[in-house]
Parts: sequence; C-alpha cells; structure tokens
Amino acid sequence: MPRRIVSGIQGVGHRVIDSIWRLGYASRFFLLTLLKSGTSLRRFGLVIRELYFTGVLSLIIIVVSGLFVGMVLGLQGYETLQRYGAESAVGTMVALSLLRELGPVVAALLFASRAGSAITAEIGLMKATEQLAAMEMMAVDPIARVVAPRFWAGVISMPLLAALFSAVGIFGGYLVAVVLIGVDEGSFWSQMQGAVDFHYDIVNGVIKTFVFGIAVTAIAVFEGYDASPTAEGVSGATTRTVVTSALAILGLDFVLTSFMFRGMG
Amino acid sequence: MAHELIEIKDLHFSYGDRAILKGINMTMSRGKVIAIMGGSGSGKTTLLRLIGGAVRPSSGYVKVAGKVVHDLKRDELFQMRRKMSMLFQFGALFTDLSVFDNVAFQMREHTDLPESMIRDLVLMKLEAVGLRGAQDLMPAALSGGMARRVALARSIALDPLLIMYDEPFTGLDPISLTVIGNLIRRLTDALGMTSIVVTHDVQESLKIVDHVYFVADGVIAAYGTPDEVRGSVAPFVHQFVHGEEDGPVSFHYPANAYANDLKLEGRFA
Amino acid sequence: MQRTTMDLWVGLFIMAGIGALLVLALKVGNLGTYSAGDSYTLVGNFENIGGLKVRAPVKSAGVVVGRVTDIQLSTETFDALVIMSIDSRYKFPKDTFASILTSGLIGEQYIGLAAGGDEAVLKSGDKIMKTNSALVLEEMIGRFLFDKASERKEDGNADSD
Repeated sequence: MPRRIVSGIQGVGHRVIDSIWRLGYASRFFLLTLLKSGTSLRRFGLVIRELYFTGVLSLIIIVVSGLFVGMVLGLQGYETLQRYGAESAVGTMVALSLLRELGPVVAALLFASRAGSAITAEIGLMKATEQLAAMEMMAVDPIARVVAPRFWAGVISMPLLAALFSAVGIFGGYLVAVVLIGVDEGSFWSQMQGAVDFHYDIVNGVIKTFVFGIAVTAIAVFEGYDASPTAEGVSGATTRTVVTSALAILGLDFVLTSFMFRGMG
Repeated sequence: MAHELIEIKDLHFSYGDRAILKGINMTMSRGKVIAIMGGSGSGKTTLLRLIGGAVRPSSGYVKVAGKVVHDLKRDELFQMRRKMSMLFQFGALFTDLSVFDNVAFQMREHTDLPESMIRDLVLMKLEAVGLRGAQDLMPAALSGGMARRVALARSIALDPLLIMYDEPFTGLDPISLTVIGNLIRRLTDALGMTSIVVTHDVQESLKIVDHVYFVADGVIAAYGTPDEVRGSVAPFVHQFVHGEEDGPVSFHYPANAYANDLKLEGRFA
Repeated sequence: MQRTTMDLWVGLFIMAGIGALLVLALKVGNLGTYSAGDSYTLVGNFENIGGLKVRAPVKSAGVVVGRVTDIQLSTETFDALVIMSIDSRYKFPKDTFASILTSGLIGEQYIGLAAGGDEAVLKSGDKIMKTNSALVLEEMIGRFLFDKASERKEDGNADSD
C-alpha cells in the first residue's frame, strides 16, 4: 500500500516537472519565433499567403456565427428587457455584450478550431513527412520560413475577424430587434451610441482580440512543431491545440476583463 | 588528402545509453558514388545526420571539405549546408508548393537571381530528371517515383558538392528504381559531385556505386568495390548480399533459453 | 490557387476587417458623435455626487453636450470636484446651473446643465458657480422622517396650549 502512495506522488511530481519543462520549451520557442520574424517582414508575400489560409478561409464560419449570435442576443435581450419596459436598450445590450466579451471570445474560439487546428496539422504533417528536416538541410530555418509567417498571419487576422464578428453580430441584433420585433430604430442606435464608449469598450475589445490572436497562434504553431512525426502524433497535437487554446482564451479573458473593466461603466 | 571530400574519424554516437555508432572511420573522395549498407537500425541514417550536422557525435569527428562539422557555428553550418543536399526517403517535397516552386525553393531563398534566370535553371534541372512537363503539378499529383525525381532535381538545384540519399529506392517499382539509380550515377558524373547512398537494396546499388561500406553493430563490417563485395567470403557480407535468413545476423533476437521462457523446466521431472 | 487571386482575397479580407472596425467605432461607438479633439473643460463643485461616475453624460435640455472626465475630492472644502469635457460647439452662460440628475427611476446619473441669462460665456477651465447635488435616497428619507417628527412635536406643543 505505501508503495502505491509513493508511486502516486511520483506520478504527480513527474507530471508537474514535465509540464513546467514543456512550458519553458514553449516559451523559448515563442521567443525564437519573434526573433526570427525578420524574414516574414522582409518577404511579406509569405505572410499574405498565410493570411489567405488563416483569415480568408475563416471568414464564412466567423460571419455566419456572428450573425446567429447577434440574432440570439437580440431575441433574448428583448425577452428580458421588455419585462422592465426597457426594450429600447436591446441595442446597448447586444453591442456591449459583443464588443466586450462575446465578439473577442467566441471569435477566438472559432478561430482556434478553424485556423489554429489547421496550422497545427499543417506544420505537424510537414514534420512527419520530413519537410522541416529537408528545409533545415537546405540551410533554411523552418522557424523563420514556416512558423513565423503563420504566427504573424494569425496575429493580424484575429482582430479583423473579431471586428467582423461583432459588426455582423450587431447587425443580426438589429435584424431581430428592429426589423422582426419592431423596436424603434432610432432609440436602438442612439441608446447604443450613448452607452458604447470608443476607448473603454471598443479599444479594450480590440486589445483582447490581439492577446487572443497571439495566444492561439503561438499555441498552434508550437503544437505543430512539437508534434511527434506520426499520424497519431499530429492528430493528438491538433486536439491539444483546440483544447489548450480554449482554456487559454477563457483564462486570459478573465484576467484581461478584471484589469480593463474595474468598477467603471 | 585534398581530394578527400569527407573524412570520418573514430566516430561514436549514442541516443541516451544506447550506443548507435562505435568508432566509424571512412573517407570519401570527389566524384564517387558510395553506398552505405546495413540492416535496419544499424545507424546508417544517423551517419547521414552526423555528416549533415543535424546531431552531434559523442566523440570523434566528421570533416567535410576540411572543416569539422560539429565545431561550426549555426551560420557557418548553414553556409556549409548550401554545398550539400539530402534526398529524403520519400522525397520530402514541400506539399504546399508546385513542382516548379519546389525546385526553385533554394534558389529563391539563397540567391538574388532574377526570376527569368531562376526559371531557366529550374527547367534545366527538371529536364535532367525528365520531368520538365510536370512543372505545374502539385506534389500530391505525383507518383512515388516522380516525386523522388523531383526531389532529386531539387537537391541539385544549387549544384552541391555532396548529395546524401536516405533510402532512395524504398517503395519503388522496378522501372522507377532503375531510373533513379541511373540518375544518381549520371548526375554524379555530370556535376562532379559526391553521392552517398544509404540503402539496403543490394542489387540495385551494386550496379551504380564505386565503393560499398557495410555497417553492422555500429562499426564498419566490410568495405570494397562492388566486385569485391560480390565475391566476398566474409560471412556477414555474404549473408547480406545474398539475403540469407540466418548467419552472423541471427534470425532470433537474443533471448533466454526457450524452455525457460515457456516455464517447461522441471515440469516433466 | 493563383497568386493574384490569393492577393485579391487577402486584400478584400483586410479591407472588410478594417471596415468593420470603422463601423464599430463610428456607428456603434461614440467616436463619430463626440470626440475629445474639439472640446473644452468645465469644473463644478458638488456637495454630494451620489452615484455619478466618470464617463457619465453631460446633458443640456436632454442633448448630450459632453462627458464627465474626472471626479476628485477637494481637500479644502471636502466636496466633490467634477471635471467635464464639453463639446466646443456649445457655449454656456456664466450663470449656468449644473445639477446631478437621474434618468428614470433606476437609470444612470448624469449632469444636467440649465443655461442662465448672462451675456458672458464659460471658458475652458472655468468653474460653474451654481450647482445642485445629487438626490441621495437615504438622505431624502431621513429628512422626510425628521420633518414628520418635528411636525408632530409642533402639533403636540400646539395641543398642550
């Protein structure tokens, strides 16, 4: 029995040491990516190509989800607010929910599962088929040539996608509240404009999306680069990207929110 | 010694506690095709990785063109790698680039040549492997043999001094096999480079190489020209060349006595 | 995928994203209607600001003319110092009356400016002399009870006469 306890404790210790080691490895990899970003900036064509795959190909899921989330917010917001006779505030509710929380968070979650997993799978497969090793043998650094352009494309795409998500979501809320239910159009917009502050709500939301974009793409490229070069390795890495990104997004969101929206508004 | 491109001296390498190479000595001169043969897991690919500077030896050294590989700094190593290339087992073509862009890859990364000159060079390299017509295809659309040929065109893109081939014959049909074999020989002669072929395809490689090294248990077990190898009476070489099941390389992995493992001992006593 | 088509799509994507940001800033946010560029500052002392917060609107006749930018406690007089940023299109007379009001029964608090009749107008950094504090519910109830109690006492005195 004591032996089992000891081995249990050893297991915990082993896991803790392992994950700390991995965290350090990931941080070092992240720093290397930043240091070796010169190539991507000099040859911006590399980043543009990746912008197509991470940004443009994520557009459909982002726009459609944004529309539906906005419509649901409009409907639920109306349901609740009309009990207090405040249905004209539905625009405010939709806009603030989207700009502060739902836009950045949901867009980042969708981005992680659409683009993040694709980045991991692509880099992992390049590793499994020895493409990264071949590049290394050709005296081309895979971090500069493969990892950094994908990283920067993700960092650029994320805020734009989240802005689109929020804009389309607000339009969805408008469709439901004003066009379908018949809330007064003037008060919908004016109450929204009265309540939404550019610096406080919009800029803070954009800062969030930047942080999420860095987190998701950093996780995605690291998992791909670190994947064991087999089919199981790559599929495991893809799953880890989505799970780790989701946890990182939600955790970071709490931290950022507590710093940004403290006791005001 | 100036004509010796590669000099390997008392090379040891181990993964953790497991010793892979235990004192390898080799010299390879310019313009030759050299085969390194040995059973699976005998450390042949590791030897290539050591020559390319991808891993560090535990002791001993590899000298390429007079420089000790593991003493080079990263940019010096990268500088040296521009003069060598490696053909990976399944080609390792960049799946997101077309055949043309794959061959042009190193030219675009390492030179400032104008695009029109790159185009001419790429077409020349593709012509050399007979695939000029396939320049617009993506790697996914190529057969195994074609992919291997494109990879070959890519590896001669910058006219290297040395090409290393990691199992170039694996998984090819007999026609493609002959095509690749002859290409290796022809390109080596035409470009005056050195080729190191790691393989266990004995018959095909004996047709094209100048020298053969046999690696077994981390040391060079035998060495010679193809004719010497064919006529060799050394038991290991004989077993390997003729593909016999049992010999110095035993069919059985070292094990306890069979009866002990089956716990038969004393049962009938 | 042709390189030029890819460039086109990426260009469209970037433009759409930046467009969305602009729409959010101008149509949804208050950047279009009110910006800090063309504004001037007014200061008001209030005995009690109640629940007034930074960023609360400043209205005159129901029109938003500015926002509260800062709230401090004056260490000399121990009353609240409210700094407002007012759109420079709107000028107010010297004897303007500022009071803290509540929109609706449970709505947010804002500052209402009621213009007086003075010829001279308030300039940037000027202090609004006439202010009216927030109505704090607890104080109102307290005052009401006190008034009631003293009324009854007076009534009692009258009876005993």
